[in-house]
Amino acid sequence: MYKLLLSSRYLRTRFIALASIISVMLGVATLIVVNSVMTGFRYEMRDRLHSLISDVVIESRSTDGASNPEELVQHVWDVAGEYVDAVAPTVEIYGMLSFKLSEGMHSDEYAHCPVTIIGIDPSQQDAVSPIRQHLIGRQPETDDEGHVIAPPLFPVDSLLNWELSENAKEHRKDWLYNRRWKEMVYGETQPEQPFYEAPASEAAPVAYSEPDPFGHDEPIRTTELTPDAQPGQAATASTFDPTGGQPASDLFGSAPIKVRDPDEPFPARLYVGQNLIAFPYKNEETKETEMIPLVRPGEDVQVSTIKTGLPEPARFTATVVDVFRSGMSEFDSSFVFCPIEELQKVRGMMDPSSGQGDVTMLKIKLKNYDDAGLVVDRLRSATDLFPAHLFNIYTWEQKRAPLLQAVEIESKILNMLLFLIIAVAGFGILAIFYMIVVEKTRDIGILKALGATSNGVMSIFLTYGLSLGVVGSGVGVIMGLLFVHYINEIEKAISWLTGHKVFDDTIYYFKSIPTEVSPWMVTWVALGAMVIAVLASVLPARRAARLHPVRALRYE
Amino acid sequence: MSKHRSKPHLSAVALTKSYTKGEIQVPVLRGVDVSVERGEFVSIVGQSGCGKSTMMHVLGLLDSPDIGEVRLNGERIDDLPLGTRDELRNHVFGFVFQFYHLLPELTLMENVLTPLMIRHSAWEYFKRRHEFREIAGEIINRVGLAHRAKHRPSEMSGGEMQRAAIARALISKPEVLLADEPTGNLDASTGAEIMDLLKSLNEDEQLTIIMVTHDGAIADQAKRIVRLFEGRIQTLEEAA
Repeated sequence: MYKLLLSSRYLRTRFIALASIISVMLGVATLIVVNSVMTGFRYEMRDRLHSLISDVVIESRSTDGASNPEELVQHVWDVAGEYVDAVAPTVEIYGMLSFKLSEGMHSDEYAHCPVTIIGIDPSQQDAVSPIRQHLIGRQPETDDEGHVIAPPLFPVDSLLNWELSENAKEHRKDWLYNRRWKEMVYGETQPEQPFYEAPASEAAPVAYSEPDPFGHDEPIRTTELTPDAQPGQAATASTFDPTGGQPASDLFGSAPIKVRDPDEPFPARLYVGQNLIAFPYKNEETKETEMIPLVRPGEDVQVSTIKTGLPEPARFTATVVDVFRSGMSEFDSSFVFCPIEELQKVRGMMDPSSGQGDVTMLKIKLKNYDDAGLVVDRLRSATDLFPAHLFNIYTWEQKRAPLLQAVEIESKILNMLLFLIIAVAGFGILAIFYMIVVEKTRDIGILKALGATSNGVMSIFLTYGLSLGVVGSGVGVIMGLLFVHYINEIEKAISWLTGHKVFDDTIYYFKSIPTEVSPWMVTWVALGAMVIAVLASVLPARRAARLHPVRALRYE
Repeated sequence: MSKHRSKPHLSAVALTKSYTKGEIQVPVLRGVDVSVERGEFVSIVGQSGCGKSTMMHVLGLLDSPDIGEVRLNGERIDDLPLGTRDELRNHVFGFVFQFYHLLPELTLMENVLTPLMIRHSAWEYFKRRHEFREIAGEIINRVGLAHRAKHRPSEMSGGEMQRAAIARALISKPEVLLADEPTGNLDASTGAEIMDLLKSLNEDEQLTIIMVTHDGAIADQAKRIVRLFEGRIQTLEEAA
């Protein structure tokens, strides 16, 4: 009893003990805050990584792809059907995105970016890894405070399609007008590829006589553009058009069936990663960083890739429908989504007999991601259906293992380093306790004279150490959790005080700092701090216990 | 040795004790034989450094003799295991020191209760805390400090502190009270009050008291005086 009483009294009457409590507290709070933020970032990163890679992927080792996707999908269902939620065949191929930066007198300036072109079927892609929530056109426009100033161009949960938004259509008109005007001024500097270059075998009507995606009442114009047929500025554009509004007949004199309205978007439509076609610009006046677009939805870009078989370039013009921003800069600066059939046609992946296009990848969504390892094992062991020399099968985590592991190791190292803070606090306790033992020597003598055992005296100081640890880590946990809870407010306050942004949301695309408090982590940190506090008090406590009662009593 | 038949309450047999100071052995006690009967009030007198405090520490098992024995009711107690000696100190001996030696962080009441806290486990103490409080209250009353029960030692006078120390020594219902210069730090009249208290304890409760002092006048108030000189017994005589 006297142990508890004395240690609580020492705790209350010794200001120096406060110093050790504060050091324990700061250590614990720092550890909790840093861990929560790191875990938050890691979760967010995993989410983003995962968002564009499906749970399990079967990839054909050949870039030419595997034929008969329907059969392959059926195989997947046969092998691991009970775990599988959806399968989406896609074509993934590297390529190049080119767009015009400016028009010059003698030559145009183009930008060419290496990209990964992903041919998708919107509804199937939606089932395995939805991309629609990343599309900028589906996000409401907000101001700095997060108030909605303009509704999304498409409802965010509407099914993915390749249609241009009204804004994009408007912009397309302006853009085409501008371009024609410049062409007139500078002359045609470089032959654009105005029309979709379909393989010869391709039946043109399939590609071009599809219904007008705009829902315009006007029929698809096949011959000439008349001013009255074209609303607004486009009408004026045609008057400036050096080709006299009949570009089609100039270039492809015959075969009017192949002629399409130049205002019409191309059948190859793209969702382009934001970093490919926009760059961040820091406004020196407002200190705000904004993304300046180089290409906007509604404009046309050139996409080049390779055909199947021996490498031979395949090039097509596509209209940008929307821009996506997933938050993973790697994806945002390399991914381009386009309709799978267009990519298959351009690359010559269409099987003439079956009419089915080859695919390079099967994206699989599982009912429960925990089964991923099992599904991969099953698919890998089905060597007759998915031979290992033809198919590479992995989970998204396996594909991303180096990055995930690096982050994991980084956080472990950081944890170890931060734990040293608490260890430093432990040495502080050690020193302070030695002082207190020396100061209390006579009291220890008295207690021994009154019959206290050495163990009893020792446990006074161990209890003291433990209570320092408990109080320190308790307050530290509370402080840490409060800090994590109000981290965005704190960030704002610090930004306001220092005058520059601590957490630039344009770098991470996070509106706020992501945090994730793991109860286990908090428990471990608190326990660790207590153990360190007790360990640090062992030495002084032993010294106190070993004091000779008479010498302690006589100590001045 | 000659007292074996009557089994004295507390006795020392040929106590020898020396301290090592650097390389030199400094003898403090050189074969002291003392025996104290139950209910006796003995004072040990001597000059400073004659070994009287050391003798008291050895008798109270705070220190162990190099040679010789300490006997309680005829049983040797100085060679008992450490834990048993701690327990004996708590149960049998009550200590009163010259500098009071109260714990500065605790109130008078808590100081008085310390021996009971040491004796009982936290849980048992907690269960019987009301009973213990009552006992402590009575004892504090007895030493005349009822109005001081909630005060810290720093708020009390020397005489009050010494009375508190006596109360603390009494709470464990000791058989022997060992007082080391109990009046050494007090003025004459306060010292006299303390002596009156000790005498009344000796007379009313038949408490065996061994008091160490260098003050002849104080020593004379005991029933018997043992004079120590350079670590040896000088005379044994009945006090006046």
